[in-house]
Amino acid sequence: MMAESAWGKPRSPHLRMVELEERAMHELSIAMSIVEMAQEEAELRDVRVEAVHLELGLLSGVVAEALLFSYEVACSGTRLEGSRLIVKEVPIEVFCPACGAPKVLTSMQWFRCPDCSASTSEVIHGKEMIVTALEIRDECATTHIGSA
Amino acid sequence: MNAQPRILEVRKNVLKQNDEIARTLRERFRAQGTFVVSLVSSPGAGKTAFLEKTLTLLKPRYRVAALVGDLATDNDAMRLARSRAPVKQITTGTLCHLEAAMVDHALNGWDIGRLDFLFIENVGNLVCPSSYDLGENLRLVLLSVTEGEDKPLKYPTIFNSADVAVITKIDLADAVDFNESAAMANIEAVRPGMQIYKVSAKNGSGMEDYLRFLVARSTELTSESNVMLHRP
Repeated sequence: MMAESAWGKPRSPHLRMVELEERAMHELSIAMSIVEMAQEEAELRDVRVEAVHLELGLLSGVVAEALLFSYEVACSGTRLEGSRLIVKEVPIEVFCPACGAPKVLTSMQWFRCPDCSASTSEVIHGKEMIVTALEIRDECATTHIGSA
Repeated sequence: MNAQPRILEVRKNVLKQNDEIARTLRERFRAQGTFVVSLVSSPGAGKTAFLEKTLTLLKPRYRVAALVGDLATDNDAMRLARSRAPVKQITTGTLCHLEAAMVDHALNGWDIGRLDFLFIENVGNLVCPSSYDLGENLRLVLLSVTEGEDKPLKYPTIFNSADVAVITKIDLADAVDFNESAAMANIEAVRPGMQIYKVSAKNGSGMEDYLRFLVARSTELTSESNVMLHRP
């Protein structure tokens, strides 16, 4: 696990922040935007968010692993603490001018049609960074059950 | 028992706020006839030297200015100020990239009049800046001959997000056994058809071709916006 140090003990939150600052700074700010967005929805509807579903393109510039790690930090102390981030990776889809059809790239180091090898730079999908859905539970329902 | 969690459909772009500010900036620049160029590269690729040369060469004929992002120091801004063009520093602190709001904030209250060209030098980083639209018309990605020909393959996302590639420090190519055709092929692999310029900010070679290209692109944009403005 990333949260554990080389000698197996869990790292202190401070050390984890230092590590984040060194290697995942923009994932942290992306995670904070996601938390903020989900929090607004939660407050608006007075619900508890249990999970956030995110579509993440392979060309988005964000690494899913670093984002998951940052998400936990971004959630702490907010009403999303303990919630999960569920990432669905979106492959890179380009338009092949020779085939006249959309094609999914097999490598991001090779912007060529996987079938006919024509080069293409017209990206259709793969830059997504979209919160698609929230898994929510009514806040008041749980309170009522607790107080009954 | 608690009710089962339910799914709430949302579909919101995480960078919506940044993209909206960038769109407003782009519209403002177009209305003012300002052509905006951003520069990204790894640290030490020669962004500042290249930009200083660019400003110095454009200054006699155009109104130019630069915004420069840096984690902590104002060294780059001081170097750029030698070109005598207006330069403003954006200190990003721990943030590894510029965002549209920082550009907007830096421009507000900076009385530099109408500009022909505005350059935005991003923080030296080939990862983080790729996701953030700054409202620029053209994004240049710089690669120096001392970095190795495989940089484009290691950072395909930023190369793919750029419009033009500039190979810098070309005067050192022989000294470091730079394999130019391999570098060009790697750029082509991750961003087919991207225009590539080879320059030396030190001895000025290649600068003229690149500046001619910039001026042509800015003229295209200005005439486009004139056409749009004159449309009934």
